[in-house]
Amino acid sequence: MAKLPKPDELVKSIDYTPPEKPWMETKPEFIPGTYGYGVKAKNLKILGFPNQRDFYPSDEDWQLPENWKEIFLEGMEDRLNRFRSFRLFMDICVRCGACADKCHYFIGGGDPKNMPVLRAELLRSIYRRYFTASGKILGKVAGARDLTYDVFKELWYYLYQCSECRRCSVFCPYGIDTCEITMMGRELMNLLGCNVNWAGEPVANCYRTGNHLGIEPQGIKSIFEFLRDELEDITGVHVDLPFNQKGADVLFIVPSGSYFADPGTYTMEGEFLLLHYLKEKYGFTYTFSTYASEGGNFGLFTSNEAMKRLNAKMYAEAKRLGVKWILGGECGHMWRVIHQYMATMNGPADFLEVPRNPITGTVFEHAKETKMVHICEFTADLIRHGKLPLDKSRNDHWVVTYHDSCNPSRGMGFFEEPRYVIKSVCNNFYEMPENTIREKTFCCGSGAGLGSDENIITRMRGGLPRANAVKYVHEKYGVNILACICAIDRASFPPLFEYWVPEVDCCGIHELVGNALVLPDEERGVRKRKTDLRGNPLKGFEDEEGTEE
Amino acid sequence: MSFNFSFYFALFTVVGLIAVVLIGVGAHLQFLFGVVIPYLAVLIFFVGLLYRVVKWARSPVPFRIPTTCGQQKSLPWIKYNKLESPFTNFWAAVRVALEVLCFRSLFRNTKVVLTKGGPKLSYFSDKWLWLGAIVFHYSFLVVLLRHLRFFTQPVPSFVQLLEKVDGFFEIGVPGLFVSGVVLFVAVTYLLLRRITIPQLRYISLPADYFPLFTIMAIAFTGILMRYFFKVDIVAVKKLTLSLVTFHPEVPEGIGGLFYVHIFLVSVLFAYFPFSKLMHMAGVFLSPTRNLPNNSRAARHINPWNPVVKVHTYEEYEDEFREKMKAAGIPVEKE
Repeated sequence: MAKLPKPDELVKSIDYTPPEKPWMETKPEFIPGTYGYGVKAKNLKILGFPNQRDFYPSDEDWQLPENWKEIFLEGMEDRLNRFRSFRLFMDICVRCGACADKCHYFIGGGDPKNMPVLRAELLRSIYRRYFTASGKILGKVAGARDLTYDVFKELWYYLYQCSECRRCSVFCPYGIDTCEITMMGRELMNLLGCNVNWAGEPVANCYRTGNHLGIEPQGIKSIFEFLRDELEDITGVHVDLPFNQKGADVLFIVPSGSYFADPGTYTMEGEFLLLHYLKEKYGFTYTFSTYASEGGNFGLFTSNEAMKRLNAKMYAEAKRLGVKWILGGECGHMWRVIHQYMATMNGPADFLEVPRNPITGTVFEHAKETKMVHICEFTADLIRHGKLPLDKSRNDHWVVTYHDSCNPSRGMGFFEEPRYVIKSVCNNFYEMPENTIREKTFCCGSGAGLGSDENIITRMRGGLPRANAVKYVHEKYGVNILACICAIDRASFPPLFEYWVPEVDCCGIHELVGNALVLPDEERGVRKRKTDLRGNPLKGFEDEEGTEE
Repeated sequence: MSFNFSFYFALFTVVGLIAVVLIGVGAHLQFLFGVVIPYLAVLIFFVGLLYRVVKWARSPVPFRIPTTCGQQKSLPWIKYNKLESPFTNFWAAVRVALEVLCFRSLFRNTKVVLTKGGPKLSYFSDKWLWLGAIVFHYSFLVVLLRHLRFFTQPVPSFVQLLEKVDGFFEIGVPGLFVSGVVLFVAVTYLLLRRITIPQLRYISLPADYFPLFTIMAIAFTGILMRYFFKVDIVAVKKLTLSLVTFHPEVPEGIGGLFYVHIFLVSVLFAYFPFSKLMHMAGVFLSPTRNLPNNSRAARHINPWNPVVKVHTYEEYEDEFREKMKAAGIPVEKE
């Protein structure tokens, strides 16, 4: 396991000045802690992906097929012809440098090849060499270089130090999106069996069992029931957990991170409470699915075909179960897939109805094609129509800030709905500095398949800009929790904050909703909630020992 | 590629080009440099530009991938950002137009500063690049439009008006055109920042310096011709008019400076379609900017939408049926 330096040592090592030696002449060092483990053969087998062998990036020999170069270049040509974004972004960069200091990995690391422009140039230099007249004729003078084994490895190293967050594309005068370039590069890597296992395994798992973690149906049910029991201890409510039920109003799909580990599980419990409340009070019906038991889609970090193969389950299951529309949980990249890819890939979903909230009558016109609604949109609508009794003071022990997760921000434009919900359920809310939120938000540093333990140095570096902004509001306003709508965030912030700003915690928005939601028994005064969903005492109940936990 | 190589390669190429034309003029190749090469260059420019744009256009846009920089259109009571998260083609077009005309994305630019004690990261607005870029492009445009004087007879009134505005300060004879000087200053700024900012210097290729040197030389020779070493302007216009009327003739006695000027312009035109200068056309086609953010409301069609192998529910249930039944999860086949 990699040795993670102390925070101050890590900061000391950041140097934004590039080395003297030109970038084409330097090779990356595969330092432990700065890259993820390679994909395992068994995972490639499940998916029928090429070059099935255990892949070790630290090895000299990556066991590529004889003709790897041809495969790479043919794959590249194929993608240049299929994706305008790719061809265009290979051609029009003027290297103005506006993107250079926008990448969190560059800001927290200083490696010049993590400047978006240079990350793209790694691939662009190959493009020029093999696909442009000037590069073919002039070679190096035209900024072209041969595709060698070392160049291939270098490309891999930096493709897996990009979290596809799209921040650079906000600042680019031509909208060049490094995410697109990274996606193309990773598709090429996957033609040669060179994925990271932290993306490859979830894809394989999800394909077979329906979720990234490989949990079988009975396992999902027992995990849900465990969470239900925890929730019952705190609220006294025994929530209904229908699985694979036909004919419900909605199919509710959450990222597996929401039921796998805390603090995601608290978000899940909040969602349980909300759905249960709606069922009891308004007769709203819902079902979970074990087959479509994953909202996230690590196919997005692998190839567009892989993404489509995993995403197909959502519509297939909605159709089988005969629900009216689909409700989606809090997950970042899941929503990029649903918003920008799903209808295109697996639509039209003409067997579903245009989503309508039966409780408020609101028709979600903006989702009339995809037929899938974000739970924050749904909850915001309910709150707006006064359908949820809320007691904000139950979140008074939290001073909250909100982190805009990359994908819903820059791939969807999802800014106000979550803020509206937070402000409706919390009294203490403070924004982080302007240049670090909304469309300028910073990645957690662990997105796009980079969140593995062995990649810890890259993650701590990449997470510095976000953590530093959190530290700022912690010191200024006493913020002690960060709310977000991304499962990868909720998995990666705890270790990140532990490293940079240990005083701050992390939660999903529906955990806060669950805290504030006044249940019928509480409304009638039959029962009083003394702890939040984590079992922490609420304000005013700090002295009571042995609260429900 | 080292800085020295990139920088001097580009510089010497431009110097070499100037030498070529001076030698050529000495060898009485005025017709080549005044007629043949300009015609060729313009031909290459248009054919090349068309070729490149068609090539881009032939690659489809499989997915709707706008970079959203503002609130989406969702619930009716949430105000959405028409410009940064356009819902219709019209507003997407406005977004592109403003990008092209105002360089809005560059206007957002920030600069990061790391204070290591703490540590503390700060972000400051940094609009110098935006200013340099916009001044450069607009002054170039004005200069270009002013040159229509040489290709029209009578000179259109808007060109005359432009000259009046451009020569507003009425300094010297002939009157100073501000745009030419500003262009030279702006392009010098763009060059200086490329040399002095370490990250930028690190990523710069000969292809980044070459257009800058060429444009500098074009502006410089233009200024020299107008204010210092005057060429026979009547003869020049005779030549340029003869070019646009396709009756090319080369009058005697136009100075060598003019040929340097028109040759470098020709080089720039011919170089254009093969270079990063294509960003001029490319920005209009950028899928992260020119598409509306409405993919949940209207289905975007991928022309090559692949048929993929999926793991069906039936296969799933076949694998897990007994476990599902034992756990009380409903199944299709008992």
